[in-house]
Amino acid sequence: MTTSIVCLIERLKMKIAIASGKGGTGKTTVATNLAKYLSENRKVVLVDLDVEEPNSGLFLNGSLMNQKEMFKKIPNWESENCTLCGKCQSVCNFNAIMKLGENIMVFPELCHSCYACSELCPTQSLPMIPMKMGMLTEYKVEQLGFVGSKLDIGQEQAVPLIAQTLDYVDEMYSDDYLKLYDAPPGTSCPVIEATKDADFIFLVTEPTPFGLHDMKLAVETMRELKKPMAVIINRYGIGDAEVEAYCKVEGIDIIANFPNQRYIAELYSQGKLIYPHVPEFKAELLKAADYCKHLVKEN
Amino acid sequence: MKEIVIISGKGGTGKTSLTASFAMLAGQTAVIADCDVDAADMHLLLKPERIFEEDFYSGVAAVIDQDKCIQCGKCQEICRFNAIDNSTGQYLVSNLNCEGCGYCGHVCPVGAIEMIEQNVGKCYISKTKADNKMVHAGLKIGADNSGKLVAKVKHEAKASAEKDGKEYIIVDGSPGIGCPVVSSLSGADFVVFVTEPTVSGIHDLERVYQLVKKFQIPSGCIINKADLNEKVSKDIEKFLADNEIIHLTNLPYDESFTTAMTKGQTIVEDKTSPITASIEQCWQDLKIILEK
Ligand code: SF4
Ligand code: SF4
Repeated sequence: MTTSIVCLIERLKMKIAIASGKGGTGKTTVATNLAKYLSENRKVVLVDLDVEEPNSGLFLNGSLMNQKEMFKKIPNWESENCTLCGKCQSVCNFNAIMKLGENIMVFPELCHSCYACSELCPTQSLPMIPMKMGMLTEYKVEQLGFVGSKLDIGQEQAVPLIAQTLDYVDEMYSDDYLKLYDAPPGTSCPVIEATKDADFIFLVTEPTPFGLHDMKLAVETMRELKKPMAVIINRYGIGDAEVEAYCKVEGIDIIANFPNQRYIAELYSQGKLIYPHVPEFKAELLKAADYCKHLVKEN
Repeated sequence: MKEIVIISGKGGTGKTSLTASFAMLAGQTAVIADCDVDAADMHLLLKPERIFEEDFYSGVAAVIDQDKCIQCGKCQEICRFNAIDNSTGQYLVSNLNCEGCGYCGHVCPVGAIEMIEQNVGKCYISKTKADNKMVHAGLKIGADNSGKLVAKVKHEAKASAEKDGKEYIIVDGSPGIGCPVVSSLSGADFVVFVTEPTVSGIHDLERVYQLVKKFQIPSGCIINKADLNEKVSKDIEKFLADNEIIHLTNLPYDESFTTAMTKGQTIVEDKTSPITASIEQCWQDLKIILEK
């Protein structure tokens, strides 16, 4: 009895990250339209993890459910017992803490919150204290749950905010939610953080030389992470057929080809969802949605 | 020597195509730097031939010597990044999780942990088809783009421009607002924003401008695809006026950017396109602005 319930929950559990090697390929368009469409029939939460430039929220008007300041931990120098031994400076690998004359200076934007200085300080003079790094907001857009975080200007590290946002989502949304992540662009640490606990990756690309080049990097990244993936082509019809040729050789499914239309670009510019207005777009969206359903079942 | 950095905040606005166009127009007067190391695309248009390449090391990651390890588990206890796993019976470090803080090395009672420098990519100096030198890089998959490779690219570009007495350094900047873009901006004389009149375009422009303002670098803006949404275009123009950002030019929504790209060309190589004239004018204007 208990095991069968566990099985059922296990089966529904699914996290799909929507990523792209290059920015501006339509990742957010795919994420918002797909999430909204799927939420008409099942429990879905969309998570905007592109915390440096979060845009998903601009396309979804919902009611605010929660707003939360997000903190990272940094050391705070208490001078009373400090012997100015300089241990903290010598253990910090990021030059985030320094002994300057009779003072210990902390550079919060360089700190990676590793706790080394704090816990290795012989006089316990460096307790870790919270420092605000960004803001998380949670909306309800009709049936769709939406969580997004925004990094404060001047904060240089996206990774801790991404990690905490995911923790929040895991705490607040049970496993019977389909979780869609709008991942940051590129192939470096923020993308890794945003995709490493996903079960499946949708790579959004454009059929152009830039699109292809950056998609190849994204494919290699996801292979390194051992993630199964499929490709979605946006602005299909522009450029050339190289992306399709590449996917064929590599054995990667192309699950939808969203058409290249000026009208779609105009709707996007106004912050509107596309599928309610463009039937050709919706037809492709249905294919992507079917693919998701099939993934959830398979899982 | 003047350093111009082209950034956009949001991807897909045409930043790289425009930077490559300026590189074509500047020819021998400039050194080009591709600081978008995460998605370096400019070489697809400028067809650089490599003259020089160098491995780039930055940061460290922990490695545990299994012969010395006594399985005490102290490293795993203190690691804040869940980088140490012992599900196989051995304590092993996951490179993708390790931040390289080195804390584990300090707590290991038998000195089994060593911090090893990481090869994060390569830095290249090449000669482009516009007859200028270009400094670019390739970041390894999943490497920490801490901005150090970006700083290296800029440093090499500057050294090359100084040595050869060039007038300009033209930099294709990094996206976002994090460390790579901060590195792209440091030392710049002028910033060119490339934006588009979409809700996300203006949103990202406002965010990245906040960052540029902190550095007090004068700036100008190109509104690409300006006719896509007249209203948002006007909003952007107002934002530029309110913040003393020079409005450099408007370019129309035009697929010839993509057509040129598909041929491995910059748009200014198509002498018949009306956009070419606008970009040429924009480059002339930029040169005058930089003289002041
Ligand atoms: S917590 Fe770690 S990164 Fe931050 S100052 Fe201390 S040693 Fe440096
Ligand atoms: S160096 Fe820091 S992040 Fe890496 S394994 Fe050691 S404690 Fe963890």
